[in-house]
Amino acid sequence: MKTTLEHIIILFSGDSGDGMQLTGTQFSDTSARMGNDIATFPDYPSEIRAPSGSVFGVSGFQVHIGAREIYTPGDQPDVLVAMNPAALKVKLPLLKKGATIIINDDAFDRSGFKKAGYEVSSLEAIGELKNFKLIHAPITSQTERALEAIDLDNKSKRRCKNFYALGLCYFIFSRDPNLTKAWIREKFEGKDALVNANIAALEAGYHFGETIEASISIYQIPEAPLEKGTYRQINGNTGIAWGLMQAAEASGLDLFIGSYPITPATDILQELSKHAGFGVRTFQAEDEIAAICAAIGASFSGALAVTTTSGPGLALKSEALNLAVMLELPLVVINVQRGGPSTGLPTKTEQADLLQVFYGRNGESPVIVLAASRPGDTFAMAFEAARLSLQHMTPVVLLSDGFIANGSEPWRIPDLREEYHHIPIHLAQASEEDFKPYNRNLQLVRPWAIPGTEGMQHRIGGLEKDFETGDVSYDPENQEKMVEVRAKKVSMVASNIPEQQVEGKTHGQLLVISWGGTYGAVRTAVKRLQVQGHEISLVHLTYLNPFPKNLGPLIANFKQVLIPELNKGQLLRIINAQFHCEAKGYHKVQGLPFTISELITAFEKELKLVEYAKQ
Amino acid sequence: MQSNSEKLSAKDFATDQAIRWCPGCGDYAILNSVKKVLSTLGKRKEDVVFISGIGCSSRFPYYVDTYGMHSIHGRAVAIATGTKVHNPLLSVWAITGDGDGLAIGGNHFIHALRRNININILIFNNEIYGLTKGQYSPTSQLGQRTKTSPLGTIEKPFDPAMLALGAGATFFARTTASDPKHLQEILLRAEAHCGTSVVEIYQNCVIFNDEAFEQFLGKENRDDHSVVLQHGKPLVFGKGLDKAVQWGHHELLVSTALDTAVIHDEQNLSLSFLLARLETVKPLGVYRCVQEAEYASNMDDGVKKESRKQVSELLHSGSTWEIE
Ligand SMILES: Cc1ncc(C[n+]2csc(CCOP(=O)(O)OP(=O)(O)O)c2C)c(N)n1
Ligand code: SF4
Ligand SMILES: [Mg+2]
Repeated sequence: MKTTLEHIIILFSGDSGDGMQLTGTQFSDTSARMGNDIATFPDYPSEIRAPSGSVFGVSGFQVHIGAREIYTPGDQPDVLVAMNPAALKVKLPLLKKGATIIINDDAFDRSGFKKAGYEVSSLEAIGELKNFKLIHAPITSQTERALEAIDLDNKSKRRCKNFYALGLCYFIFSRDPNLTKAWIREKFEGKDALVNANIAALEAGYHFGETIEASISIYQIPEAPLEKGTYRQINGNTGIAWGLMQAAEASGLDLFIGSYPITPATDILQELSKHAGFGVRTFQAEDEIAAICAAIGASFSGALAVTTTSGPGLALKSEALNLAVMLELPLVVINVQRGGPSTGLPTKTEQADLLQVFYGRNGESPVIVLAASRPGDTFAMAFEAARLSLQHMTPVVLLSDGFIANGSEPWRIPDLREEYHHIPIHLAQASEEDFKPYNRNLQLVRPWAIPGTEGMQHRIGGLEKDFETGDVSYDPENQEKMVEVRAKKVSMVASNIPEQQVEGKTHGQLLVISWGGTYGAVRTAVKRLQVQGHEISLVHLTYLNPFPKNLGPLIANFKQVLIPELNKGQLLRIINAQFHCEAKGYHKVQGLPFTISELITAFEKELKLVEYAKQ
Repeated sequence: MQSNSEKLSAKDFATDQAIRWCPGCGDYAILNSVKKVLSTLGKRKEDVVFISGIGCSSRFPYYVDTYGMHSIHGRAVAIATGTKVHNPLLSVWAITGDGDGLAIGGNHFIHALRRNININILIFNNEIYGLTKGQYSPTSQLGQRTKTSPLGTIEKPFDPAMLALGAGATFFARTTASDPKHLQEILLRAEAHCGTSVVEIYQNCVIFNDEAFEQFLGKENRDDHSVVLQHGKPLVFGKGLDKAVQWGHHELLVSTALDTAVIHDEQNLSLSFLLARLETVKPLGVYRCVQEAEYASNMDDGVKKESRKQVSELLHSGSTWEIE
């Protein structure tokens, strides 16, 4: 008998050498292709190979699959796959009460317990386990047995054990193993022994499930009602890379990216480096400063220029970013935030670079700021960042974070003939009359005349320039005017972006304002309270500077505003200063996303206070 | 890129900006020589780009009627790299000082050389920080008294030639603002070279480091203390052409044995290094010029190898599924 579930959260965990990221990815890809909605959360150590079996070396991949729309990887896993004692030790506290744990018995020997720092050396001795359902599977030894006839060394055979675990999960959750088999065949093409070994391990795991079927529960998760269309899996870094490429195509420009590797932004550079065939020039610079400077140089000569980084790199780029503000050249800066300050928590997520992006430069230096919310909107947001930068001749910083960058979800592929197909831009033509490099149009945007254009030679620079002629000027009045003009130019972008949408009523007791990768959790929490009849609404911002025009009036419609952020209150300060309101913040800086339950608790508390104040 | 319509003169490259260097500054002579050389290249003005950092020398782009950018301290070479990579058809010149290029911008300098990207880097070397009014630079002489070294510096200077050669320079030349004819010859060679061309130009700062190069280049000293390098020619110099550079054991020597003079070879890296280490006589000219793979054209070949693909193909590649 299969039990039908509406959604379930599964956490694969093991040693960083155990292939858990791959297992999790395969499980989620298969689920997505079977019509479920999904959200994933890979969580891996920053050490490449921590001591095997140790708690630092535990690598996890959480996937939330559903028969309805899924917005987050979920709070507490319903199922844990524990490949070794260290994984059990690290992940046990995260599990839902009564969760199922699939245990790789073979790894739970005396030495395994010891490496994990357990004082005990048997599962029976771990008292907490009484509250969970255990499924024992001799994953390592069974894998070895299943591969006996295959001509491979023992080490390579043992490596296949993650496919055994995957096969078992496929059986328990009624997944179709054929998609993974096809993937294995493609991945190891030409290496027959590896193809056979991995498929044999997958099948052995699946059959083991059949064998123990009578003693365990089997589940199915029906298809989710998703919008019609062609879908694929996308993660945030890939979405950004592709969105930028499409912006280049839509504007008729070539894409140039200057970058220096840094977690968790590196994948964007890596992805773009594969696409020379699309006219993409990737320049891996000697440091972040060179990376942004090369992008500025490319922008000067007419590229759609991009630089990608994370917090520490953004700090290095700030002087050059300021130059781009002053030159008034288009430039897209992608900042994939991680835990800080300094090197901080490279592989963990945080939203603490917002003030750096707003104010981290000398002088009055406004930039356009956007933020992605989930893997599935990164394509759109990267495209939007490029569009605004090109149309307003000024740098745009697009914020992402580690959670969006590495998480993935099914994404309906847009029809590029209908959407995202054109970014109208204006390049100055040869020998335009009255050409002055800083002559502005009604939007205060200056012309872009690129080298090679006859008769349009001009010089630009970081020194203040005269409003009329663009020549260097030290005039006091002119300086103030120019500072104001650059600020006004950025604020006028508000007319070129959509109005803010509200999830829920446009007035009421409590307005929650969020931004960035917390969207899924915040939205889910707000929706649940709405269903219970609370007067709570959500504004999730993707345009942070300038804000959408209707944000001020919206804020005024609510008794109280609450801003949950993975920082100590950065958007909070900006909103309170800009709209003269007294919004409250809810903060967490642990390198981890919000859980839905902690948000619900915080929102309920705030709703009560608003109620109380009314009386 | 060749223009056959009008012939340009140096004047055609002048701008309407008032020049702000001190009277007597070596930068004037460099500006004039550059404009003269530009007029003979047969290039259209719009195909030439000057990018500078910050310093007295970095004011340069304002005074040349091409495309130009006066950027931030130390970053000219990095910016020029992006400009060239995006459009390899442009003639791109990075203008930098000894502080701008070798202190704050030292990292970009060595990496540009390693990549061998086809730009010209002109280092205006006055062995001092001019714009900030007289602090020592990475090329100031050991023991030199400056505003920040009242007791004399305790830092050994960089030799730009050694630094460039060590970083893999495919073209390095040294010349002086005080000899416009030689300077122009070298600038032409630099522009003709496909790869990163470094031209170190001795430039006298009359205000903060006057007569810095007298020892080698002063009227009295010039003949006996400098030697002009010409590929394939013997290294003979001196007032009466009576001195020659000789091979020693591990170094070069100076003697009067003319018939055993070293024959200059721009492709002999060891010779280039040894020339840079000569102490009593300063070689002027092209130390090294070799052809190697060039970065921007390699990148361009990569981009143009196949016919241009469309992003929609990419979005539909790999694993996709339909939801009806
Ligand atoms: C980031 C930064 N640091 C310091 C300065 C101050 N500064 C401007 S020019 C300069 C040194 C210039 O020396 P050099 O490059 O030799 O040029 P010169 O003036 O001698 O031609 C310094 C330190 C600056 N403008 N920016
Ligand atoms: S301070 Fe020196 S380098 Fe600067 S302009 Fe004056 S003379 Fe030239
Ligand atoms: Mg100097």
